[in-house]
Amino acid sequence: MAEGARLGQEDAARLGDPALLARRGLVWRLARQRDAVAGLVLILLLLVFCFIGPLLHPTDQLHTNLAITNLAPNGAHLLGTDGSGYDLLGRLMVGGRVTLEIALAVAVLATAFGVVWGAVAGFAGGWLDAVMMRVVDTLLALPAVFVLIYLATVVQPTVPLLILTISLLSWLGPARLIRGETLSLRVREYVAAARSMGAGRTHLIARHIIPNAIGTIVVNATFQVADAIILLATLSFLGFGLAPPAASWGATLSAGVNHLLDGYWWEVYPAGVLIMVTVIAFNMLGDGLRSALDTRLHER
Amino acid sequence: MGKFLLRRAGQALIVILGVAAIVLVLEHLTPGSPARAILGQRATPGAIAAFNRENGLDHSLPVQYVDFLGRLLRGNLGYSYRLNESVGSLVVHEVPNDLILVGLGLVFALAIALPLGIMQAVRRDSWFDRAATGVAFALYSMPAYWLALLLVAALAISAHVFPPEAGQSTATAGILRDPGGLVLPVLTLTLVNVAWFSRYMRSAAIDTLAADYVRLARAKGLPERLVLSRHVLRNSLLSVVTLVGLSVPMLLTAGLVVEYVFNVPGVGLSYYTAAVNADYPVMLGVTVVVGLATVLGSLLADISYAALDPRVRRD
Repeated sequence: MAEGARLGQEDAARLGDPALLARRGLVWRLARQRDAVAGLVLILLLLVFCFIGPLLHPTDQLHTNLAITNLAPNGAHLLGTDGSGYDLLGRLMVGGRVTLEIALAVAVLATAFGVVWGAVAGFAGGWLDAVMMRVVDTLLALPAVFVLIYLATVVQPTVPLLILTISLLSWLGPARLIRGETLSLRVREYVAAARSMGAGRTHLIARHIIPNAIGTIVVNATFQVADAIILLATLSFLGFGLAPPAASWGATLSAGVNHLLDGYWWEVYPAGVLIMVTVIAFNMLGDGLRSALDTRLHER
Repeated sequence: MGKFLLRRAGQALIVILGVAAIVLVLEHLTPGSPARAILGQRATPGAIAAFNRENGLDHSLPVQYVDFLGRLLRGNLGYSYRLNESVGSLVVHEVPNDLILVGLGLVFALAIALPLGIMQAVRRDSWFDRAATGVAFALYSMPAYWLALLLVAALAISAHVFPPEAGQSTATAGILRDPGGLVLPVLTLTLVNVAWFSRYMRSAAIDTLAADYVRLARAKGLPERLVLSRHVLRNSLLSVVTLVGLSVPMLLTAGLVVEYVFNVPGVGLSYYTAAVNADYPVMLGVTVVVGLATVLGSLLADISYAALDPRVRRD
């Protein structure tokens, strides 16, 4: 960028154009975060693998084929086949698609609900805040894996059901976080000014509190995706995920473990590595976003 | 201090009441009805009515809730018809194994993560800091069972160093009878916890290093070794208390997974087995215990923090 242009923008930003400051600042700072960029690239590659991959490498992931079980990687099956005769490369693609769909949906739902809950509680204060936060504490007291296993014994999990139940147990973190942010934001001058001009609670929360907490919200949502992927993979690994023949990374790994002693490495390691890489990618993006958005860190 | 404790204990009590309410809801979610889940699909209406009468399930929900609280207060966690054993005695028998497993994983993890975090903070942004952060980051991004499987593949299958399964003695605290079998489960939990704790310890130590009392200690000419041991380490111990108290759900979840992978006879594995066998009383009873442990963990974290840090006590 030319030095003159940059100075001009810098001046405009210093004169207090918050939109310019936010827009130019974020992209620029994000691009400087090597981890965030690497995470983003990895996520894009994973999306291509899971969503475009099955189009380039179509496989039958419904019908078992006992004539070709446990084949080592070869020309026709690049990552071999599993104990049911499914092509593993194709299965990892399809399994990843479901995993990412659920995890992204959970992140959006849980974040949206948690943000509203936390903002309302923090803004209201008093007894309403106390009641709302005790609800959060109560749900937090029950570890998600235990509850999800229980629910899986009651109803056979489906994609929409998993999205719903995991979201129901994942909004607690964002709610606490945003409540904390709200407590500090609601005493700022511009909120007081808006209130003195007659702005209602809904307006204050929607127009002033949430937009100013957006950084925290986005960073947290990114971590939510990573957490949901681990949770989903753990459930499928334990056998309480989607029912077969639905593919999932955790279930592939779990089935492959039975063949660990036979040396069928292709049934274990690719699935495990994929889970790990996906979680790392979202955590890297989250960490990078947090550094990029944390202006205090950069001014120092 | 007294007021703080009272308010905090009151909150914990409310949360425990909430947990009991959720468990009651979960009980009523069981397929068909709680009676059918226990007596089976072919139970006669008469048998179901008798069962409901006997267990107070014919009362209204609020009455059932009070009954349930009363049973919990008497230490009655329910009865597993499948195991023909009360859930309470099952838990009492297996909890020592959990305490040993999770406790060892916790102690080892703290012994590693605490000095590691301080060293990383002291040599911030050095290659050592970056390497440790990178390893912790990779471990943090691994599901516990994947880490466990890698360890089994490397140390039990490729190199026959440790057995891939914990000791199977049915005695109380029976996993101690076979210390070799404990190595891999404890190692897994230790690594999972180190990944979790070291990030936290590092940033806590960075904050402590920037505190005024550390600067003062250095200005007085106190040797760096003493600055670190007397001021930084001791104050970092404060944050460990909070961290451990709040980590109970994470510890219990990792415990369940590790018990499943290594076949450790503990409460987590019992929960898993109960889920496979649709043994609802065990699942519900264990859920109550897990909820109580979490609430007590965070309560103890707050209380001991207040007891250790005079600044909290003052207000």
